Amino acid sequence: MAAEAKATPSPQTGQRSLAEVLRTVLAPVGQMLVFVIGSAVALSLLVTLLALLQIGARPDLLVRTWTILPQVIIDGLVRGFLFATIALGYTMVYGVLEFINFAHGEIFMVGGVVGAAAALALATAGLLPAIPGLLFVLLIIATGMVVSGALAVTVERVAYRPLRGAPRLVPLISAIGVSLVLQDVARLIMTSTPLGFNARFNTPDFGPPIRLFEMNLGERPVPVIISPKALIFVSAAVVMLVALNYLVNATRLGKAIRATAQDRSTASLMGINVNQIIALTFLVGGALGGAAGALFGMYVGTVNPYMGFIPGLKAFTAAVLGGIGNITGAMVGGIVLGFLEAFVASYLSLFTGGAFSGAAYADIAAFSILILILIFRPSGLLGEATTQKV
Amino acid sequence: MTPATQTASFWERIKATLANGPGAYAFFGLYAAICTWQLFTNPRTSLRTDIVFVLFLLLVFMVYRSATPLWFRGGLIAVLLLVVLPIFGTLNPFYIDVATQAGIFVALALGLNVVVGFAGLLDLGYVAFFAVGAYLWGILSTPQITQINPAWSPVPPIMFYPFVVLGLAIGAVFGILLGLPVLRLRGDYLAIVTLGFGEVIRVLANNLDRPINITNGSQGIREIERPPLILAGFVRDTLGWNLSDSQLYQQFFYFVVLLIVIFTVVVVSRLKNSRIGRAWEAIREDETAAVAQGIPRVRMKLMAFAVGASFAGAMGVVFASKQLFINPPTFDLLRSINILAMVILGGMGSIPGAILGAVIVTLLDLQILPRMAAVLRDAQRAGVPIPAAFDPTQYQRLLFGILLVLMMIFRPQGILPDERRSEELHADDEPPAEETAPPASRPAAESA
Repeated sequence: MAAEAKATPSPQTGQRSLAEVLRTVLAPVGQMLVFVIGSAVALSLLVTLLALLQIGARPDLLVRTWTILPQVIIDGLVRGFLFATIALGYTMVYGVLEFINFAHGEIFMVGGVVGAAAALALATAGLLPAIPGLLFVLLIIATGMVVSGALAVTVERVAYRPLRGAPRLVPLISAIGVSLVLQDVARLIMTSTPLGFNARFNTPDFGPPIRLFEMNLGERPVPVIISPKALIFVSAAVVMLVALNYLVNATRLGKAIRATAQDRSTASLMGINVNQIIALTFLVGGALGGAAGALFGMYVGTVNPYMGFIPGLKAFTAAVLGGIGNITGAMVGGIVLGFLEAFVASYLSLFTGGAFSGAAYADIAAFSILILILIFRPSGLLGEATTQKV
Repeated sequence: MTPATQTASFWERIKATLANGPGAYAFFGLYAAICTWQLFTNPRTSLRTDIVFVLFLLLVFMVYRSATPLWFRGGLIAVLLLVVLPIFGTLNPFYIDVATQAGIFVALALGLNVVVGFAGLLDLGYVAFFAVGAYLWGILSTPQITQINPAWSPVPPIMFYPFVVLGLAIGAVFGILLGLPVLRLRGDYLAIVTLGFGEVIRVLANNLDRPINITNGSQGIREIERPPLILAGFVRDTLGWNLSDSQLYQQFFYFVVLLIVIFTVVVVSRLKNSRIGRAWEAIREDETAAVAQGIPRVRMKLMAFAVGASFAGAMGVVFASKQLFINPPTFDLLRSINILAMVILGGMGSIPGAILGAVIVTLLDLQILPRMAAVLRDAQRAGVPIPAAFDPTQYQRLLFGILLVLMMIFRPQGILPDERRSEELHADDEPPAEETAPPASRPAAESA
């Protein structure tokens, strides 16, 4: 968050012109677009090159590579927005407290479960066919946000605040404990209610997958499709990201959050109620995580109590990739990671002739990226090198 | 004087009488005799035997903590662990299995304690080294090896013994492999990377059945070899002890595990009080200052990873051989956190703490929770309203989670804290600008 603080000189009056606000809010989106296009082009060039290298042995490889390319880019984008929305929660909390909220993946899971419960309630009330799709989406996002936000604040109050002065290891272990507790409490609640362990996500009919265009490179045309759910997911994520940017960069609360992130004691001397700001940070981060969970549950179709762990780890990777503590960085990192995973998942088995299953190795690719980034550029893609606290 | 303090001092006096001098000999002797008699006459697996078994283990702990002379403590513990427990094990296979599992986790907890407790490097992927050892023996001792190359054949079962040593070495190698890239990381970053490493190992174990079948994927490896029973003839003919093969194997693994645990304890405690141990401690407490003092940071950190991982590798070999079957879910994150909970419960950096933590958590896992489940089921049948799906054994995560949070809030130094470590955990090493309430002040660790 330090980067934004420097990029936006705060005027004396506290009032900003509309153009200035637009610039602070839209600049990160532009930055994100640069990275989206950049990573898509770079990875496309890479797979083309890999296909050309094998062209002697398998002449059809290049055509097959290009045929699935648009679909892979779309999948990567959807995946990337998932990681980005979860990564924002990590980054918010890390930026303010320099503490990795391990339980954030579970906050995300709770959002998904609550969304599924809301959808189930609508279904049992018989309202599902009647309700308009947009209202349904808003409803599940709202329930996910409220419950997850409240949960994040509660967790902070109960398990993190008492440990704020302790060595770094102590709150981390407590956070791991919280994540385990949340998993099993969610399971206990789900299995003893009609939701069940693997809760189905009842949704109104959003319509058939949208055919964008067809790829006519091979012998038969391959359609490039995007499901309406994915479209909803991506647009909701974009709205959330822009809203968060506005909140952090253009409001008084955002300024207080940035001040707290920079120096907690000085911020408190300036009349900022630091405890309140930290709780609000958890609220915002948790609400974003909950919304992401509800959207993800809707997109995938089922939720279960253990679904938060792997996305949580990936989102952390995304946050580190972009520069942890940096909001734009979290978005960029999430999308780059999503692209990378989609490319590995789709192309690994193609290039190795089906010897490796891509989906499993996408996980390994993500963790390898995490390790490489931490070794060679611990400050991430957008982060500034910081001196380590001694 | 209020009655409360009077009873306290009365209690103190009783404790003093029972821990010193002739009172102690009589007390422990009588306790041991009653426990042994109870165990030998109640070989069934019941709630009563459970309680006696826990009391038996409590006796071992109390003897260890008592102020009696070394010969008495050592002798009594040796008799209890080398004679009473194995004989009881021939009567009831369940409890010797619990003891063996506890031993395996004691070694793992001691290993993790080197990394987390001594050197202060939080490792959330520790079980990966255990997996490496287990898969090493699992693959090489079974026909799985012919899947990799048809020309190779499984190693003979007698090779188990060198493979335990090899597991030690392989564990150390993997420890260094993990350590090298993450040397620059501290605290939470290190935790996440080791977590990712653990996941990578598990995903690899799950997916390395294509293109070459190395690990047999999610189906796991079955029929892992056990070493031949060399002493069977001696036990049956010379000692006149007519045991079946499975009973002999239980005894065998119990003693192998006990041997490794003793070896681990000796190595770890020697290391702790050596220059290396001091260096680890210095790095843990202030890395920058330690480096400024001329401590070779790279070598010491790698050494911590290697030493910690090596015990896990060796125990992995024993575990695979004992269980006869391994699959990837055996080595998931929960298992790593399980071992971490043992270290934290006992007290980070404390050797008796790690042992105690491992025994408590294993008992909880294998004995107390299943027993609670059985009791609840009986109550349910008798008509007490308990939700049908509720089974305490299924809620280990919940239990460990609560345990970790409560320990961090109320007693971060653990049950049997290490002296220096507990001082460190009390010191406020964040800048004094913390406007929030400081962690609740706790009385300094008193020895139980």
